[in-house]
Amino acid sequence: MQTKNSKSALFPYAIWIALFVIAPIALIIYYSLQDLEGNFTLANYAAFFSTVYLKMTLSSFWYAFLITFFTLLVSYPVAYLLTKTKHKHLWLMLIIIPSWINLLLKTYAFIGIFGLYGPINAMIEVFGFDPQQILFTNFSFVFVSVYIFIPFMIIPIFNSLDKLNPTLVYAARDLGASSFTTFRRVIFPLTIDGVKSGIQVTFIPALSLFMITRLIAGNRVITLGTAIEQQFLVSQNWGMGSTIAVFLIFIMVLIMLFTGKNSKGGRA
Amino acid sequence: MERLSPLAKTYLVLVFAILYAPILYLIFYSFNSAGNMNDFESFTWEHYAAVFGDSRLIVILINTVLVALLSGLLATIIGTFGAIGIVSVKNAKMRSVLLSLNNVLIVSPDVIIGASFLILFTFIGVKLGFASVLVSHIAFSVPIVVLMVLPKLLEMNTSLIDAARDLGATKRDVLMRVILPYIAPGIFAGFFMALTYSLDDFAVTFFVTGNGFSTLSVEIYSMARTGITLTINAISGLIFVITVLVVVGYYFVNSRSKQAKVGR
Repeated sequence: MQTKNSKSALFPYAIWIALFVIAPIALIIYYSLQDLEGNFTLANYAAFFSTVYLKMTLSSFWYAFLITFFTLLVSYPVAYLLTKTKHKHLWLMLIIIPSWINLLLKTYAFIGIFGLYGPINAMIEVFGFDPQQILFTNFSFVFVSVYIFIPFMIIPIFNSLDKLNPTLVYAARDLGASSFTTFRRVIFPLTIDGVKSGIQVTFIPALSLFMITRLIAGNRVITLGTAIEQQFLVSQNWGMGSTIAVFLIFIMVLIMLFTGKNSKGGRA
Repeated sequence: MERLSPLAKTYLVLVFAILYAPILYLIFYSFNSAGNMNDFESFTWEHYAAVFGDSRLIVILINTVLVALLSGLLATIIGTFGAIGIVSVKNAKMRSVLLSLNNVLIVSPDVIIGASFLILFTFIGVKLGFASVLVSHIAFSVPIVVLMVLPKLLEMNTSLIDAARDLGATKRDVLMRVILPYIAPGIFAGFFMALTYSLDDFAVTFFVTGNGFSTLSVEIYSMARTGITLTINAISGLIFVITVLVVVGYYFVNSRSKQAKVGR
């Protein structure tokens, strides 16, 4: 390809990288080293390692873990069964449609569904129990998040299952493996890449979502994302917000490395 | 092909039901004259009329579509040329650095993007509002366009370009009449993804929007925080219908173009 002309094509793109990829990260680190008056300080980092913030980080992790776990638990069988249906791509399309409806609308729906006079409580009353406060609990937060992430988890797993060569499964069965063994030793290891990308697209947003915590969990659940939003837009303490953001980026990089596809190595 | 057991079918149906229930629930009560999401009183179009009668909401709707179209267009241009530029980089290490930088904004959580852009705009001195929202949307849409265009460029046979050059085409001709037509499907896919990214975004816009400017997502958020308003239900009804139409249209066009290819 003619190099000189194409190289100049890189110019606006290079500006984009400098301005919106490198500069924002640099500015976040820069602000994390400042206090409210703009003096250089490490106080924000010291504050982050206090019990309050460590507790918050741990609980944010715990919720992200729960959300990812239940999303995977629901999604893997769905993806697996979808690949067995006749018009699998049509069914996959039907799974994807709900993910195109604005996140906020779906979250808003649960305000009504879980409400004190909503359909779930109406059902509870039919069985003779008193209406429960479901909204603004940890349960409702995890449930709504799992609901939101299911399509995003199904898609990569479906794709990797779809690529799986079925003769491998037949071979395993012919050689006497039970269906559970076939799954554990053949199907699951061969689709682990799909599972990893599913975890990636669930776990990182689960750490950082703030609108679900605000709308569904009241202020009972504080995730790292909620804390950043709080510091930036409510307390106006950009230094502390940036410090939390630095840690979130750090965690994100760790997860990327952990769930990244290792193209080299692996089993021969 | 093995048949699905009844248990498996039940499970699939259950998951589908749960996925669609909240959406259908919203739409069902959008026709409720009682004004809440608990007791269906009688059928009414009044909430839909309220959407179209609210000039503020209409302005927000126009803003949302305008930002999506403009940011999609500009991101597609920057991203397409970026992808062409990346392919021209022959140094493998340099190329992988560029690709990693490209992916940073794709994997970054929205909160981080929003917060860091807020700092950036304040630092440079850009006033928050339409411009900052538009620029942010362009910024987070560029990498997805690159990812959509890149595979098309890589699968393109370079002898096509050599042939065009040998036949006397200028660099401009090669770009306009050989490269761009070849990668057009990738460009369209990228534009489409950029549109959906922009329309779907809430968190980034929430950070970089000022007081005077709002998009649909941000507006829904502030409405939902004050409680239940059936206007939101009517909006979801409209969005759902449009989404389904787009999907059906896409499916139809796709299967027709496939048939056309088979028929050739």
